[in-house]
Amino acid sequence: MRIRRVQGVINHALAAAVSLIMFVPVYLVIVNSLKTKAEASSMGAGLPSALQWENFATVIEKGKLVTAFGNSVLYAVGATLIGTTVAALAAYVLSRNRTRLNRGLYFFLIMGIAMPTNFVTLMKVMQVTHLINTQLGIILLYSSMSIPFSVFLIYAFVGTIPRELDEAAIIDGCSPIRLFFSVIYPLLTPVLVTAGVLNLLGIWNEFLLPLYYLNSSAYWPMTLAVYNFFGQFQADWSLVSADIVLTIVPVIIVYLFAQRFILSGMTAGSVKG
Amino acid sequence: MRSRAYPLYFAGGALVLYGLFYVLPSLLGFYYAFTDWNSYSSEVNFVGLANFRLIFTSGGSSNYLLYLRNTVVFTVATILLKTAIALGLALLLTNGIRRLAYFHRVVMYLPAVLPMLVVSLVFKSILNPATGLLNTFLRGVGLDFMAQRWLVDVNWALPSVIGVDTWRGVGYIMVIMIAGLQSIPKDYYEAAAIDGASGMASFFRITLPLMMPVLTVTTVLNLLYGLKVFDIVFVLTNGGPGRATDTVYTAIFDEFSKGRYGVATTLSTLLFLIMIVLGYFVIRLMHREAEE
Repeated sequence: MRIRRVQGVINHALAAAVSLIMFVPVYLVIVNSLKTKAEASSMGAGLPSALQWENFATVIEKGKLVTAFGNSVLYAVGATLIGTTVAALAAYVLSRNRTRLNRGLYFFLIMGIAMPTNFVTLMKVMQVTHLINTQLGIILLYSSMSIPFSVFLIYAFVGTIPRELDEAAIIDGCSPIRLFFSVIYPLLTPVLVTAGVLNLLGIWNEFLLPLYYLNSSAYWPMTLAVYNFFGQFQADWSLVSADIVLTIVPVIIVYLFAQRFILSGMTAGSVKG
Repeated sequence: MRSRAYPLYFAGGALVLYGLFYVLPSLLGFYYAFTDWNSYSSEVNFVGLANFRLIFTSGGSSNYLLYLRNTVVFTVATILLKTAIALGLALLLTNGIRRLAYFHRVVMYLPAVLPMLVVSLVFKSILNPATGLLNTFLRGVGLDFMAQRWLVDVNWALPSVIGVDTWRGVGYIMVIMIAGLQSIPKDYYEAAAIDGASGMASFFRITLPLMMPVLTVTTVLNLLYGLKVFDIVFVLTNGGPGRATDTVYTAIFDEFSKGRYGVATTLSTLLFLIMIVLGYFVIRLMHREAEE
């Protein structure tokens, strides 16, 4: 019995140590965001001697963060709405009507989970369609990037909705569009929230696409603004930390509120690149 | 009846977006891989296999095979580390402790939702040889000999990047494994205990075999991620010191920013071919999981 108790203490200590290691970087940026430039120069773990709240005001102004925040919200929300909606529509018809063609189309779509993006030729496509260096272009790119995984998640979920509902609605004279939006769509809510939250966080955190396709700093999202800010103020970790804190606070809030959906999505699909 | 109730045009939006921005560029890649497309001239000439020859035979400073080797080393190392550590943590949080287990799970998954850019920037400071937290800590506890010049030393740079990526990705793999462990019926362990099986024996005879499907999925995930790795390398080392940590995707970005689009596309297309073959097996695997 005593051995078991000792084992229990060791296990708890081990779990606490790992959690601590996982939390260190977040802790570091929080404490250093409130230090003076000199105090934060080595990005140490010590507490600030006096809280420098004005760091936040400085980065918001110098880093043009109001614009960047607006851009990030626009891209993440816009692309999530478009991507998840078109994915839901596709997953629904492909799952309900499993002809040879439709099964093929389903595989074609989810193949994108493995497929790498060719950023170089994608630039060509962006130029030809006049979408390069535009906000609409980035939104459409993010939407299409989210489609394969969303289709995969939603397709499996549609299978759990009884077909009798569709049949009853059709007998009542429902059009296909009405059937989808008034009967099916509400029932898809759990999986749509999961797919939506995963896409939202993924897009918020991404910075490769803006790096390739957005030259105007006025269109930059938070991540790219942070990267650029780091380039300019490398020596000033207090400001860089404040910038980082402002970027990750929304992510952490969404994560804490939606963790059940995120964890369920992870395990249901078990897939996300 | 079916086709009228479920018209195919519903799938149109997804197919058009995905086809235009995902599939079309990959297909165009097959054409441009055989050209000298670049940013200096508007003319695009057919050059046959020149780009491929450059990639497979070049040596010296721009050794493309080295980038491929780095990518493979990164992928294999992160698969092994993440799988082993995540399995250990998953066992700890399901069997080892009851209280606070959910709290620890939420904290350990946290790195996976943070922007890769942020993670990399913070680790850049933590791994600073002179002032970084890691070396300060090691010196503080008397382990001076372990303090390395992490990201700056040619021999330590790639292992450091692998370490940071493991830190970031292990919680995500762990969450999937916890779900797998929880789906193993408790009776199996009880029956084994009655028969006098040791903890070791029930791990190797019950847990591991029943976790095989989950381990396959996590390995595939890590594989797909590893081959496409970009952000973390780009921010931590930007391929340096020298080209010691360059991977396929950072090399593509490098060629792209130098305006050598033909070579960049060829690299991309080679990666596409490798991943489409892997993808075929992944899709079959996922399909089987989904049907069950």
